[in-house]
Parts: sequence; C-alpha cells; structure tokens
Amino acid sequence: MSILGTRVIRTEDPRLLTSGGVYVDDLREPELAGAVRATFVRSPVAHALITGIDAAAALEQPGVVAVLTVADMTDMPDQVPPEPEPEGVPPAEGPMPLGGLWAEPLLAVDRVRFVGEPVALVLTDSTYQGEDAAELVSVDYEPLPAVASIEAALAGESLLFPEAGKNVCVQGRGEVSDDSIFDGCEVIVEGDVVNQRVACLPLEGRSTAAAWVDGKLTVWASTQNAQIARLIVTAIGLPPEAIRVVAPDVGGGFGAKIGIDRESIVVAWAAKHTGRPVRWVETRSENLVAMTQGRAQRHHIKIGGSKDGHIKAYRLDVVQDTGAYPRMSGFLPMLTNLMAPGVYDIPAVQAGYKVVVTDATPIAAYRGAGRPEAAATIERAVDWYAAEAGVDPALVRRLNFIKNDQFPFVTKTGAPYDTGDYEGALDKVLAAAGYDELRAEQRRRREAGDTRQLGIGLASYVEITAADGAAGETAKVEVHDDGTATVYTGSSAHGQGHHTAFAMIVTSELGIPMDKIEVIHGDTDLIPDGIGTYASRSLQLGGSAVHKAAIEVKDEAAKRAAELFEAAETDVVLDADTGTWHIAGDPDKSLTWSQVVAAADQGLIVANVRFTADRPTFPFGTHLSLVEVDTETGKVTLLRHVTADDAGPVLNPILLEGQRHGGIAQGAAQALCEEILYDSDGNPLTSTLADYAAITAAELPSFELLTSETPTPGNPLGVKGIGEAGTIGATPAVHNAVIDAVSHLGVRHIDMPMTPERVWTAIQKAKANAQ
Amino acid sequence: MKVELTVNGKDITAEVEDRTLLVHFLRDTADLTATNIGCDTTSCGACTVLLDGESVKSCTVLAAQADGREVTTLEGLADGSGEMHPVQRAFHTEHGLQCGYCTPGMVMAIVSLLRENPSPTEAEVRDGLEGNICRCTGYHNIVRAALTAAASSAQGAQ
Amino acid sequence: MIPPSFTYLRASSVDEALGLAAEHGEDAKYLAGGHSLLPMMKLRLAFPEVLIDLGRIAELSYIRDEGSYVAVGALTRHHDVETSALLASDIPLLAHTAGEVGDPQIRHRGTIGGSVAHGDAASDLPATLLALDASFVIRGAEGTRTVPAAAFFKGIFETAIEPGELLTEIQIPKPARPSAWSFQKFTKRKIDWAIVGVAVQGSSVALINMGLTPLRASAVESALASGASIADAAARAAEGTSAGSDIHATKAYREHLARVLVRRALEEAAARPA
Repeated sequence: MSILGTRVIRTEDPRLLTSGGVYVDDLREPELAGAVRATFVRSPVAHALITGIDAAAALEQPGVVAVLTVADMTDMPDQVPPEPEPEGVPPAEGPMPLGGLWAEPLLAVDRVRFVGEPVALVLTDSTYQGEDAAELVSVDYEPLPAVASIEAALAGESLLFPEAGKNVCVQGRGEVSDDSIFDGCEVIVEGDVVNQRVACLPLEGRSTAAAWVDGKLTVWASTQNAQIARLIVTAIGLPPEAIRVVAPDVGGGFGAKIGIDRESIVVAWAAKHTGRPVRWVETRSENLVAMTQGRAQRHHIKIGGSKDGHIKAYRLDVVQDTGAYPRMSGFLPMLTNLMAPGVYDIPAVQAGYKVVVTDATPIAAYRGAGRPEAAATIERAVDWYAAEAGVDPALVRRLNFIKNDQFPFVTKTGAPYDTGDYEGALDKVLAAAGYDELRAEQRRRREAGDTRQLGIGLASYVEITAADGAAGETAKVEVHDDGTATVYTGSSAHGQGHHTAFAMIVTSELGIPMDKIEVIHGDTDLIPDGIGTYASRSLQLGGSAVHKAAIEVKDEAAKRAAELFEAAETDVVLDADTGTWHIAGDPDKSLTWSQVVAAADQGLIVANVRFTADRPTFPFGTHLSLVEVDTETGKVTLLRHVTADDAGPVLNPILLEGQRHGGIAQGAAQALCEEILYDSDGNPLTSTLADYAAITAAELPSFELLTSETPTPGNPLGVKGIGEAGTIGATPAVHNAVIDAVSHLGVRHIDMPMTPERVWTAIQKAKANAQ
Repeated sequence: MKVELTVNGKDITAEVEDRTLLVHFLRDTADLTATNIGCDTTSCGACTVLLDGESVKSCTVLAAQADGREVTTLEGLADGSGEMHPVQRAFHTEHGLQCGYCTPGMVMAIVSLLRENPSPTEAEVRDGLEGNICRCTGYHNIVRAALTAAASSAQGAQ
Repeated sequence: MIPPSFTYLRASSVDEALGLAAEHGEDAKYLAGGHSLLPMMKLRLAFPEVLIDLGRIAELSYIRDEGSYVAVGALTRHHDVETSALLASDIPLLAHTAGEVGDPQIRHRGTIGGSVAHGDAASDLPATLLALDASFVIRGAEGTRTVPAAAFFKGIFETAIEPGELLTEIQIPKPARPSAWSFQKFTKRKIDWAIVGVAVQGSSVALINMGLTPLRASAVESALASGASIADAAARAAEGTSAGSDIHATKAYREHLARVLVRRALEEAAARPA
C-alpha cells in the first residue's frame, strides 16, 4: 500500500506548534550577534526630484551607527549606462526587470517615483532607535506632477521616465483591431473589466539579515528562492561563491518574495560596507506601500456568439499598470494574453497588451501572476454573454468547452493544453452544489421580491503551471548507513508542506519510514543549484526530481544488495512497504537499508539529479459560489463555495486541500473586499491593515472540495500544480455570483471589489435604466 | 523602568524603556520568539498572547501595563510533560497551519475563545477570529481545529 | 510601529491620577485600555510625553445596580460589559453593543470610559449611550460634575471632558422596556468600523458615523412621537446629519444606509418579545 494519495499530517507541524517557526527576525545565529537594525527612510511623495538629503540631526541620535544613501555606494560595481531602446525588437516578456531606461535603483538617486520608495538607510543599535532616527533624516523633495492612474499614464502629460519619452514601457504583441471576427455574431457584448490592484499580504513581511565574515557574505532572507536570491545579490560586487543565502522559515510569499528585492540587496550591501551584521524587518505600513503588489490590469473585452450560446469570437485588450518600475517587463500580461480563451474552444481569439508605469508600488507576481486576470475576465465575459443571450451560464460553458477528446489542444493564443476534463469538473460541482435546486430557490426569491436575493456564480478555469519546466528542479537524496535518509531539494517551501510531500515520495519509493527522513531546502551552501518555489512548480518539478533521485538511489542500492546476497541484480527486490531488500521468491533472507548502505562506498548512497520537463502543465477546474445579496444595502454574504480543482493525481489530500482553501480565500477576497487605492496625487489610501480590507474568517464559509484527478504525461508523477488554482477559480466565481444575484434587476456587470456601495449603485443604475 | 512579569510560569525582571511593547518584551527580553508581529494597527492578531488567561494583542499592551501580571505564550501552552494542548494537537491533525506565522496568535486566540465558550458553533468561532488574519489557510482548517479541540476537550471532561 | 519615547506613570487612585494630570498638563494623557491611544502613538499620530496609566485603579471597574439606573465604572472593560448578567437583563442594548466593539482581544483590554472619552463618531458605544440617555460623571480638581450624553459629545474626538479631568462613571437609566432594542452596525467586514450604525432603545434612535459626533436621529424621533409609521419615520433618518465621504462610502450612500438601518432597527426593536 503506497503512502502516496493518503492523508499524512505534516512533519513540519510539531516544531511550528510548540516552539514556533524561526523567521528572519527570530534568528539567533552567532554571526548576527550585535547586529544593527536597519530602518529605511522612504519617500512620502509619489513623484518628485530629490534635491538634498541631510542626515545631520539623525546622526546625533543615540545608537545611530550610520545613515547610508546612494552617495555611499561607491563600493558597488558601476551601473552600465542604459542603451537606447532598439527598434523592431520583440517585447521583453521574461519575468525580469525591464532595466535600461526603466532601471530601478537600489536607493533613490535623484528622483522618487512612488510613495514608499526607499531613499536612505539608517542603521541603529536597537529597533526602537531606528524609527526615531529615521524621522530625523531630512530629505528635500521638489514635487512633480503625479502619474497616478492608467489614464494619466496613457495621457502622458507627466512622464515618470522622461528619457523614455512615454509611460508605455512595453508594447506587447498583437495590437488588435480586426473587428471582422465578430461578423455574423447574433449576440455581442463589449465592455471594460477591471482587475484591481491588490496586496499580496504575507503575514510575515519582507525581512533580511546579513553578515560579512572573512570574505563571505551570509544573507538570511525571507525568500522563495535562495539560489536566485544569491545571483541577485552578486549585484553588490561579489561572486556567487562569496555569498551564502539562507531561507529560514518564511511566513508566506505568494509570489511577492520571489528572489530578493532592492531593500534586501541594500541590506546585504550595508553589511559588507560597514562590516557590521545588519537585520531589517519591515513594518506592515512599509509592506503595504513597498512590497510588490498584484494584478492591476484594465481589460477591454468583446465577446460574440450565436443566440443559442455558441461563442464565435473573443477579443481581450490588456493594459497592465506595472507601478513605478517595470520589474517583470511584459511577463504578466503576456501570460494573461496566452490564457485569454480559458477552457473554451473559441474559433477566433485576439489578445493584445501594453504595460504602463504609474507612480504607485511596483507590481510583480501574486498567486497566479497573470493567469487569474485571464480567467477572471473570460469567465466574466462568458457570464455577461450568457445573460445577454438568455442562456443558462452552465449550458454556455458546456457548449463551448474544449472536449476531452480534443487534448492535447493548442489554443488560438498558442497555449499547449496537456490534459483536461472540463465538463467532468463542471458536472461534479453542479451535482454537489445542487444547481437545479439553487436555481429554483433563486426563482422563488425573485418571484417573491425578497430583499435578500440569491446569486449563483460559476467559473471554469484552466491555468499554466511550471511554465519554466526546462529550468527544472534539483534534488539530492542520501541514504545513510544508519538507515536514515536526507533529501536536499531546490524547492523552497513557505507553508506548502514540501518536507512532508517529498518525504512521502521517498518513503513510497524506498520504504524508509517518514520519521527517518529529513528534508532540507533553502541554503545555497548545502544546495548551490536550484530554482525554488513559484508558478506551482514544486511538486511536478521538485517532487519529480526527488522521485528521480530516489529511483537512482534504489538502483544503486540494488547493486549493493545483489553483491551482499551474491545474487543477480535482477533477482533483488525492495519491499517498499517494509523497507527491506530480498531475493525474489526468497522472503526469509532480507537486508535492511542500513546493511545495504554500510556496504556502499563511504557508507553512503547518494543521487544528485536535476529533473526537467519539456512542457508546462495545465490544471483546471470549476468553482461555484453561492451568495446572498441584500438588495437594500448591496451587502454580499458568501454562503457556499464548491470546487473541483484538478491538478492530476493527489499525493497528499491534506496538503492539496490546504492549498485550495488558501487560494479560494484570496480569490474571494479580491472579488469581495480587497483593493489598494491611491488618491489623484499618488498618495496611498490603504497603507495599513486598518484600511486595507484583508478577508477574515468571519466573511468566509467553509469550503466544499471535490476530487478530480486527470494526470499529465509531463512528469512521472503525472501531477500538475495546485498552488494557484484555487485563487484563479474563486475570483470569477464570486464575481459572477454577485452579479447573477441582481441580474434580474438588469445588472450586467459590476467591477471588483464588490463593496456594498458598488453593488447598491449598480442596482440603482439598472433600476433607473429600466424606467 | 523596571518591570516584573511572569511569563509561562517564570518570573522575568528587566529594565526596559517605558515605551516597550509587551510583544517586544516577550521576543527580545524574554527571548520567546514564537509570538510574531504582523502589522502595526492592532489588526492582524499574530501577536496574540494570554494576559492573566485572556487573549490580548501584545503589540498594543505596554510591558509596563503587564507588570506584575501573568503572560502565556505559545511556548508555554504545552503541559509540564511536553504534551501538546488540545488546541495545538487539533491544529496538527486538522492541518490548521501552513507557513506558521499567524499560528501562535491564532492558537492563543482560540485557547481564550474556548475558555469563554467551550462549545462554540462554527459561526461563533469565525466571528471570534475576526481579529486574526491568516493568508495561507483560508481559515477552513483553523475553524475545524477550533471545533475539534472543543469537542475533544468536551470528551476529555466527561 | 514604535511610539516615540514617553514617561510612564502609574496611578493607583483617582486622586493620584488627577494630581499627575495637573502636574504634567498638556504633556500628559491618560492611558486606560490603550486600544484607542496606543495605536495612534504607534503610528506617531499622537505623541504625549507622559502617559498616566489608570489600569490599576480597581475602584473604577464595576457594574452596579442603582435601582433606576445602572452605574458602570469608566474602567470597566468591554468584555465585562458584554458578559454582565445585570446588563443582559436590564439594558441588553448596552451589553450587546459592547460585544460589537473590535474583536475579542480588544474587548479584553478596551474600556467603556476610554472609548467614550476618545469621542469617535464612528465608535459603537458613544451612539448607544446617547440612545440610552446616559450621563457621564467627570471628576476634576474642582470636584465632580455629571454631564448628560446630549451635551457630552461636542465635536470630532472632542467631549465635555476638560484637560486634566477624568471620566469616572457612566450612569445609564434602565429602559422602561429593556427588550425594545436594536443595534444595526453596517460594515464591509465584521471587524470594520461602522460605515453607518444605528442604536435604538424604544423610540430613541442614535446614529453612528453620520456626523462629527454620534447623533440622535431627532427627525425620526419626532416623527415617531407624532404617530408616524416606522417606515415614514425612518425615511427622515438622514435629516440633520452631516455624513462624510471616504474610501469606505460616499455621503449619499451613508444617508441611504441610515434610512434603511433605522427602519430595520425600529422594526427589530418593536418585534423583540418582552
């Protein structure tokens, strides 16, 4: 009986639950003894020239060790001046900063472009002294006109990067203008859909500590990618060999802790520059203005089809607000375009994008990174079209799904879907939710004119995971002569439970018990080569690497066992249930792992591998949200949320469910209540958790999760990635549900987040239109 | 100023700045780092500890206000023999934590909630956690952990 | 995140607190539960040089049956108000409202006096105490005075408490029909401050966040007094108010909510069994 597929509670938990996790601020490493505390001085204005920095008053404060600005960074490698942008080159679409004319400095040089941009670094003996001193650093700003919205950016009256001559920093492919694809469509819907800016909000903000000892810089960072972070830190002028990055326990990431960002690089440099160990832990107020944020796309859509529900054409135009610095070039909207048609076989699809800078917090990956936006809008468009055509939205989906026998399927936008069972997922959800009964109850309430109306929202989604399969993931598996095993993984868990999952893979292959397996990640001294965790890649790439390494260990061990048995290797079997070696057909003679490994060179059997995949994978599913809308106030109550999320065979249902739950909550939060707001001068209006409406347990129901397991041929485990799927499905399901609740009043669309006032205003508008 | 607190049963006396927040006293002076800081507006609950047996947000209590009082943190929750508290155990069996950062505060909030309401409904648990934010779990299993702990304590009491 | 430095002083009696306040003047603020003041200090929006901690003045924490009214000591915590058996039977509106303030952790620290003295029009308790026609006992160097709720809330974060004075007790007359109450707190999320709120006791109606202070919905009350139906009276809920517009709601929406919530509150209060 394999352990795979069974509910195994986490090996990570006992420590976390009794002594607590050890996050960067908890580290008590000897190298950090006497560490100074780093406090950043940040811009209070959205767009300004810096005309002077005076640290004199701060330096007089007790405990101030240094006040550092860009002027102190003479020991950094010279920044190469930007080349002029070449003409006719395809848009930069890797998840990398655009650089060049759009380069982002480490500390602001002569201009700030968003409220919260770091300008100076204060180092003090204690935390408490840090804020006191930082307040006294005097920075002179000459304000410039704000570029506080996509409209302002496109209007171009004020430029954030004058040398670039525009605020459009990436003009994507596929400028769309051919309307003929809608010829013959009986029903056409055209409109604008906002996918609003949200905060990633890991409970642990960014935190980094660094110590420069004997020519080696150790950086402890709350990161999702220790190895990538190490490469980034070389920017301060050290080769990778002189840098060690350690990811201790990390309190959530959701994409915002991919690699390492400018403040952390500055902290690393400051440790080398001053020779003192440094520790930086941002406050939540800093986090809500200076950690990268998510989404922030405006969509213009046009969808057309027949009266009976067959979609013929879909066009999606994306404007990506990337904030003050294009940290991910055109990557996010490129993925949005790639996934534009979703789960549907639409004969004509056009998708285009452009990226603009605004004087707001830079945008980067946030759980789904470009794909939630695509799903949110195609699912909204499908419901909108269904409402106009008067066809049930479940039926419209069914009519237009890519059918099971069409896989593998390449969409009109070039996405190579591997496997899917879209109709099966929909069927499961409709049955579990009691769809027909819900529609009947909705009808009853509408006929009765109830104040509280029921809304049923569907979202059938597909998304792309492990798009960087070619980069793969590493794993080293060691079995020791005491019968224990150690797994070194390039993956980098920050809550996902990889230690449990990867130990399960080793147990399954080798029969070594879970409590004899240690999993290690996130230390570049121990694991110099690895990628880390994002894009829902860890099980399919990291797990497959562990699996591959385990098999290599098993093959090597089989040779040793054969020698010890004096038998042919082909006659030797491992009983994976008991973790013992036998000769086939002779159960009385057996060897333990300990005995077999003791016979190997140096009493150790090791396999060190990289697993690469030649294709991305495409998990999918359907969500159904049931909501109640108080039509007198617009207030929305989430009643039920039913999902089938399919990421292939389930390795550990407990871990899978946890990922889905967390994703659903974040997805529902975007639909219902979360939004980062700025005023017209670029001042943040939601820079504390008192104003940013993070969703709590009181707003959410318990979730109803159904099982669906459609394997992929892309890796030996057959698995796809589940980490982001819940978020992707939940947002449009809740969004559609609320609009569905009031569609009988004539409402066709409401922008997210669907605050009570937004919903109420839409109802009033629809009532006025009806008269 | 001098403050004397009893933390997890141990008396700790220290000279601290008057403005020292209880959470910093616990983390830096008492060296108990399980209690985490997640915000600066008393919103997230990650810093929740028990003060004289009741849940409080230790970021919004001065060490001076807790002078002479008893504080319990996550580290002090297991019993003398190291046996996990029913709430800790329930978090483990119900997968009520992922990254673990909100967990100490969440656990202490639930311990206090169950002391005051030993058999809560799901709605009472959810409302009782309005001051604790989790980003990883979607709260589903946290709520199950609370209800499981309540049920197991009820069974234990019988 | 960290307040600026201050000197912490502890008062063990009301007299001592008054004395310290007199000594330090406008450099000092009282510290009760600290859940209005400390958050402001942590964001460096308030920076008193001296804090006078009232937390050990046990004599100010009580809930007493005084026959025709209930006397609640200013330092009584929200949790104790919420769970008081006396209030549950005699003034359930107050017990319920205390249970709506913040979250359980905040209710273990915050005090009714601290909330009232802070004078935030968006707070739950001030409006409820206004609806209940409470009186506030204020002690100063010159002696004690009692101020009725109608004269207590004067402006944004401004009450009748003069510098150095200390709110010691809140007196709430027992309603003739205790069960004729309703509390409607309209929020986006459960933890949020009221976008608009309504407290009803009998035919007294008070509004949360519809002006610079908690307000009595006097147009509603006079309509009810002259025999108007609940629906007609509630339609006048926004009269005489000055709701604001912010990121949470516009003025027009707040006025609409006031009308809806007043109607619902009056209906609920009327329907509750005695």
